[in-house]
Amino acid sequence: MSPAEQSDPARLFAALGDQTRLGFIVQLADGRRRSIAQIGEDLPISRQAVAKHLNVLRRAGLVQRTRSGREVHFVLRREAIEEARLWLAKVDAQWDATLARLKIFVEDSP
Amino acid sequence: MTDSIVKTIDINAPVDRVWNALVDHEKFGAWFRVALDQPFEVGKLSTGHMTYPGYEDYSWEARVLAMEPMARFAFEWPATGGDKDLMDSGVPVPEWTLVEFVLEPMEGGTRLTVTESGFDKVPEPRRTNVMRDNEGGWAEQVGNIRDYVAG
Repeated sequence: MSPAEQSDPARLFAALGDQTRLGFIVQLADGRRRSIAQIGEDLPISRQAVAKHLNVLRRAGLVQRTRSGREVHFVLRREAIEEARLWLAKVDAQWDATLARLKIFVEDSP
Repeated sequence: MTDSIVKTIDINAPVDRVWNALVDHEKFGAWFRVALDQPFEVGKLSTGHMTYPGYEDYSWEARVLAMEPMARFAFEWPATGGDKDLMDSGVPVPEWTLVEFVLEPMEGGTRLTVTESGFDKVPEPRRTNVMRDNEGGWAEQVGNIRDYVAG
């Protein structure tokens, strides 16, 4: 995973904007490693579909893939969620500053 | 964490003055700190560059979607996340967020509400419908993530 992929909020939010993938995130939120089979358990979708969704999450930096023997596991990257939150907070603060300038501009103009 | 940002500010000036500061591209540029190449026009692309100190070499790009006099001004812009390499690469950013300014007259002035939404846009045309009918699922699950992160 390249640093650019980690810091791209558009990719991150796109990855989060899907109910199935969000379900995976919530499932992995306990911090435990899970196999593709475990993650897809109880879901009416194929193993390939599960793997595809996991790959989207992985490219967005939201999950990490690890290998132990022949089994591939996925684990949540908590810090990626935190990055998304911090980025939104930054956008939020920028709007505060921008709107404060608008207010001054309008109120102070003749 | 939500998929949109909503901001409200009360301005001690009549709606027409606030409206004018929004849609007059030179006035907009003065407080937004951007030099725009052309007036805003619905359906047209707006181009320019930032004048915010330290960000003068950042470009501005937006597409004007609505100009409803004294009521609503909306545009969309690419969700570059301030990634300058991405902006300068010429590679189109598939995700754009929507910015909406809504004006309401109030006693003594104008209430302005700004909403930026679309952070959760999914570029993939193929989306599975699994769990889709779980109403409010997105908000709820994001709430779960937030609780987890905060916890």
